Amino acid sequence: MILDIIIDGLIKGSVYALLAIGFSLVLGVARIINIAHTALYMTAAYLIYIGTKMMGLPAPVAMVASILLTVVLGLLIYNFFIKPIQEHEAAVLIATIAVAMMIQEVFLMIFGGHYLGVNPLIDGYATILGVKVTYQHLLALGLALVVLLATRVFLQKTRLGLAIRSTAQDREVANLMGMNVTRVAMGTMAVSVGMAAITGAIVVPLVTVEPTMWMHPLIMMLAIVVLGGLGSIEGSFVGAFILGFAESMVVFLLPMGSFLKDSVALSIMILVLLIRPEGLFGVSFEEER
Amino acid sequence: MGLPGVYFRRTVKVLRTEVLVLPSRVAVLVFIVALMALPIFTQDYYFLRVLILTSIFAIFAASWDLLSGFTGQMNFGHALFFGVAAYVTALLNLKLGLPPYFSIPLGAVGGVLTGLIVGIPCLRLKGSYLALTTLAFPIILTGVVFAIPDITGGELGLAGLSRLTGSRVMDYYLTSGLMLILGFTMWKITDSKTGIILHAIREDELAVRTAGVNTTRYKLLAFCMSGFFAGVAGGLYAHFMRLAGPSGLEVGLSFQVIIWAVFGGMVTIYGPIAGVFILYPLMEILRVVLDNFPSLPEIRMFIFAGLVLLTLLFMPEGLIPWVRDKIETECPRCKVRNVFSRHRCRVCDADLD
Repeated sequence: MILDIIIDGLIKGSVYALLAIGFSLVLGVARIINIAHTALYMTAAYLIYIGTKMMGLPAPVAMVASILLTVVLGLLIYNFFIKPIQEHEAAVLIATIAVAMMIQEVFLMIFGGHYLGVNPLIDGYATILGVKVTYQHLLALGLALVVLLATRVFLQKTRLGLAIRSTAQDREVANLMGMNVTRVAMGTMAVSVGMAAITGAIVVPLVTVEPTMWMHPLIMMLAIVVLGGLGSIEGSFVGAFILGFAESMVVFLLPMGSFLKDSVALSIMILVLLIRPEGLFGVSFEEER
Repeated sequence: MGLPGVYFRRTVKVLRTEVLVLPSRVAVLVFIVALMALPIFTQDYYFLRVLILTSIFAIFAASWDLLSGFTGQMNFGHALFFGVAAYVTALLNLKLGLPPYFSIPLGAVGGVLTGLIVGIPCLRLKGSYLALTTLAFPIILTGVVFAIPDITGGELGLAGLSRLTGSRVMDYYLTSGLMLILGFTMWKITDSKTGIILHAIREDELAVRTAGVNTTRYKLLAFCMSGFFAGVAGGLYAHFMRLAGPSGLEVGLSFQVIIWAVFGGMVTIYGPIAGVFILYPLMEILRVVLDNFPSLPEIRMFIFAGLVLLTLLFMPEGLIPWVRDKIETECPRCKVRNVFSRHRCRVCDADLD
């Protein structure tokens, strides 16, 4: 039981961390609350289903192709629907909601509301301390941690990473220092959508693929970002593991767990906010200083 | 000429000098008259049902605008007020047997209390934090609703409430009349001193505080007022559908109300109302039209989302402010609005071109 919770919590935590970090990058740099973020995660999952089940591609090829396609789609959406109205905060918000709805409806049209599944990359299971853990779970966990590490290195060591971090800190000064803020925002969007797509690719064998699968991760992701502090990468990381473990504990331990998992996670978020209104690792934005 | 004649002449004068000079006021007048006269021409059951629901959601969307548009307290979980009021109304009606004219106001009081409970923790939050935190409350409550099915009816909700009134036409007049009255009240609130303070809080809270206004109290007031109006909508909905269920708390409903309000035009009160009156019947028409083509897949929501996206691309301020700015110009000297075809201001005779 305890090991179940630990494995499940680690996987959920790292998946949420990937989603939340991608989301908070865009929020920090471009001030966009991208509701469509997890819809793009769903897009990647569906594309992998199409690639492996319908076109018969080998799984790694399908994964890479779907990630690339999703990034292209994300950039197209950004360019055509978000960038022209960027000054109007409320309009951007609705635009992303509408995009998410459109993506959901497209998949509902093509596949109907059926529950679909993708074969695991590797079969079989290992026995750790007497508990069966499938290799797929271990693989997902490993991949997620590798991507998290890669993101960390990218943000800390590369020039684009530096540009993203500095733009997030102070857009105006970054602009004054000669950075092309629009292009940085574009790059951030690509990185963010890429992370959502990779997350989708990693978890697709573990979840059921259906047109509303973006809702639950969306809510958890938003809660994590608020809990950790908006725009803070460390905050998103820590928050993701807190809420990931909380969710798996509720599911495994409480009798009505699966109904209450969202409630408990969000109550934790509100409790933290009551004590620290700026979140765990809150950074104050330029406008709010 | 007796007293009635005086009133009649005064009404005609106001109509001629204040209403008929501006196309937007004429539009509002035509809208009200059309809404009230409609049952004379058709009493179609389905048609009236669509309009009743439209009126209910119009109250709901306007109440969102009061809180999020005017006060700038971006609320992502507005369905909370709606859902709580619906459940309170349903419980009062089913368990205590209260008739609608008691249970709906008490449900709205439930909305006010919810506004207080949500407002107090949210007072310390700003901008995106507030938006994302408010999203959490209805979801938490949905979990609780599912966890205690004995009281809340769980997934199925509470069914079998008593009818709103005896007949469909009476339902129609009640909801559309209430919509007009409450919409006018909200509009008046935003025009009053309180409304100006709320508006100022959105623009610059620090400046308002510096001017010696207790902004905390005003923000809480905004939460409570918004909760009240949304609560009335929730109670009406519960009694009209004779059902209060978890669908009233859904994230989808919270998003829907934002879409209606921003599509129509935020910070206007009449914008969201117009938004609902355009989008909601349009969706019903689409449903009817698409039913004639059974071979097509379910593309209604797709069309809806696409329409909203395209509208926003061309009119990011919303539909109604865009139209209003096309047909009316503001006099640069005395700030009175004029028809676009005038060359000189109707009040101060300043040059408009």
